[in-house]
Amino acid sequence: MSKNVPKRAAERKLRDVTTVQAPPQSPTVTTRPIDLVCEHCGEPAGATATAVCAECLGPLVPQYDPDRRLPGAAEIAGREGSLWRYREWLPFEGAPALSRDTGWTPLIDAPALAERLGVERAWIKNDTVSHPSLSFKDRVVSAAINAAHGLGCEVFACASTGNLGNAVAAHAARAGIPAVVLVPADLEPSKIRATTVHGAHLIRILGTYDDVNRLAVQLADRYGWGVANVNLRPYYAEGSKTVAFEIAEQLGWRLPSAVIAPMAGGSLLSKLYKGFNEFVDAGLVEGPLPRLAGAQATGCAPIARAFERGSVTVEPVVPATIARSLAIGAPADGVRALAAIRGTGGTAAHVSDEQVVEGIRILAETTGVFGESAGGVTAAVALALADRGWFTPEDEVVLTITGHGLKTPDLVAVDEEATTPVRPRLKEVADFAKTLIDRTAQGAF
Amino acid sequence: MSVTIHLPQILARHAEGARSLSIAGDTVGGVLTALETQHPELGRRVREATAPPNPFVTLYLNDEDVRFLGGNETPVAPGDELSIVSAIAGG
Repeated sequence: MSKNVPKRAAERKLRDVTTVQAPPQSPTVTTRPIDLVCEHCGEPAGATATAVCAECLGPLVPQYDPDRRLPGAAEIAGREGSLWRYREWLPFEGAPALSRDTGWTPLIDAPALAERLGVERAWIKNDTVSHPSLSFKDRVVSAAINAAHGLGCEVFACASTGNLGNAVAAHAARAGIPAVVLVPADLEPSKIRATTVHGAHLIRILGTYDDVNRLAVQLADRYGWGVANVNLRPYYAEGSKTVAFEIAEQLGWRLPSAVIAPMAGGSLLSKLYKGFNEFVDAGLVEGPLPRLAGAQATGCAPIARAFERGSVTVEPVVPATIARSLAIGAPADGVRALAAIRGTGGTAAHVSDEQVVEGIRILAETTGVFGESAGGVTAAVALALADRGWFTPEDEVVLTITGHGLKTPDLVAVDEEATTPVRPRLKEVADFAKTLIDRTAQGAF
Repeated sequence: MSVTIHLPQILARHAEGARSLSIAGDTVGGVLTALETQHPELGRRVREATAPPNPFVTLYLNDEDVRFLGGNETPVAPGDELSIVSAIAGG
């Protein structure tokens, strides 16, 4: 700050700006999470910070009122630019109290990628610019933190491969709720920093994500924390449906013919399936549903391998891949993801770590979107499916890119020659520029 | 020989409120069979919840996933701890 600017005036100026841009939070509003019911045996459970049925240990899911009033396309289109524009399909009654400005990320036209894939149209569902933590996990955390608020949880926590930890830390900081984030100790440094900067309490576990996840389950059981992807999971997971809702609306209330999405626990793919189905059921779009293609890295591909085997059972694996955000060896929603894939005539595929890096580059070069490792997996699987002839020339394809590349920048090696510094002399800079131009003409770029 | 079975809170009501039980057996499968004999309501739920294709719980022997140790055939030793943990989590 300049010394000749009075401090008080500068603070007032900052306060004015902050007031204008203040995130819409209404902590005095009480959000009421709706009742849960067991998906397996039908036992009602009420509104609770529990993900498991007391009778059969099956998964609890929100019990929506089938007679609730649903809005039409025009009404939705007139609402705020956030995922809460679809609130009738989210598991709450009343207005959300917290994180009301997450979602509604761009759907980017990607003609160069479409040409590469040999399809009619391609789009990027660009959650790399998700607010506030640059990944699609903001969506599920936006739902989970309202559940935590409504159920009176005093600590907000998660088991994370990185992106979820960033989101929990950011959303909790805004809400003024203490956050605890459990991660594998070898997580990328950028994801560690993007968690701790928000003041979250970080616990690094010397083990895999699956170790982290198990410990989070046991801690939630012991201390009663609101753990986003454990005991708040019935509410949390519903946030993923909004990716499907936004795709449909942003395409002009119609469905693409295929969607490629990364798979870690398998929840996103299964919720895309649920979301597209719910919009068809509501008469907002017409079928057929898009073919869903699940993308994994070869070093952690339990769902894709189950699909290859034709199996309905997912065998757990020990992850070994650079795509750490997808490194879940025992995916909780693997069986559901398989059902979503098969239910839409879709597919699943896995790609090597080298292909993941190449996928990040091709995505960036053809669309201007810098995705993290999961985006590289998604792009690489799309390219692999194109090579196999899985797409048709008439296909309209959406790639869901779920996290920003600046979270995993070290995966993309720097071209040392291209970044060699040049002295501030016109002749030297001009000669260097000519070298680059000549290389471009020769197709070296 | 006995191992200690740790129960999640939601299962404690099927064991008269106990959060841990001492159960004898030579293998994980043997312990689970004995559990069902001594606590039929609890044991049945655990057996059904570990069944394929979509198990609802995972068993951990001394912090290790039993599926990577040999499943129900995994031998147990006195003092071992067997934890029943919900599989519906994460991601």
